[in-house]
Amino acid sequence: MAIVRWQQGELSEFDRLRQEMDRLRNLFSSGQEPFLSRVYPALNLTEEGDNFLVRAELPGVKGENLDVSVVEGQLVIRGERRIEAEGKEINYHRREREAGFFRRTIGLPSKIAPNKVSASMKNGVLTITLPKSEEAKPRKIAVRST
Amino acid sequence: MKEKEIELKEKKELKPTAGEGTRPGPVFIPAVDILEDPTGITMVADMPGVDGKNVDIDLKDNQLTITGRIDPVEGEKEVSLYKEFLYGDYIRQFTLSYVIDQNKITAKMEDGVLRLILPKVEKMKPQKIKVLTV
Repeated sequence: MAIVRWQQGELSEFDRLRQEMDRLRNLFSSGQEPFLSRVYPALNLTEEGDNFLVRAELPGVKGENLDVSVVEGQLVIRGERRIEAEGKEINYHRREREAGFFRRTIGLPSKIAPNKVSASMKNGVLTITLPKSEEAKPRKIAVRST
Repeated sequence: MKEKEIELKEKKELKPTAGEGTRPGPVFIPAVDILEDPTGITMVADMPGVDGKNVDIDLKDNQLTITGRIDPVEGEKEVSLYKEFLYGDYIRQFTLSYVIDQNKITAKMEDGVLRLILPKVEKMKPQKIKVLTV
């Protein structure tokens, strides 16, 4: 049996395995099947030009009950979904909608400019626009020929 | 008391039994609250991404169908990096056990939540009958 030396600093077998898993994840995430999150709300992350966009479906959540912040490369979404009490003399046939608090944190993929982050709600969908910071934007380097 | 936290529930996808929709993509079953009071039935449905103009309510022979179509949320040039949910239209059907006054149905869409009020027909409303004692 070959003995594999534990290599520190260099790529270990575990790192290689993890990289391979990441690669597979990325391969699938661009397809149709979504990953299942365990924390509400579910998030989608996209990229367009100089912006990253994070979206969440938050039906019935008002902007004033939402708190979006960027802390050390992490995006934190906190809020409350309220369902107002209905009048008296009612009885519920079905009650599937849920109310309560939520908090979700995700690490951001690349350096962003925290002071330029903006968020908007439209038809119950939250869109957070995260502009990339200057140093993270791709810079074209002209090749001079002599 | 600990604050109640919302649990994540997977969006319920509608699996077509007879024929599929003409538009591609998944169709979801919206979560609803249905409540009844003496004057009528109120339905509240979560349909994020649906604009008021894209809601269709159809009532035929006590069969109520709620349809919500979504406009594309993502821009055409956006590249998906990570995905936890899909966007899709919403459909849900109910069989009503009351006679509804069709002319008085009102619907309101706000923040991706549909609120539908279905008033009962006047004569169906309960009337208190006095029991005489001799």
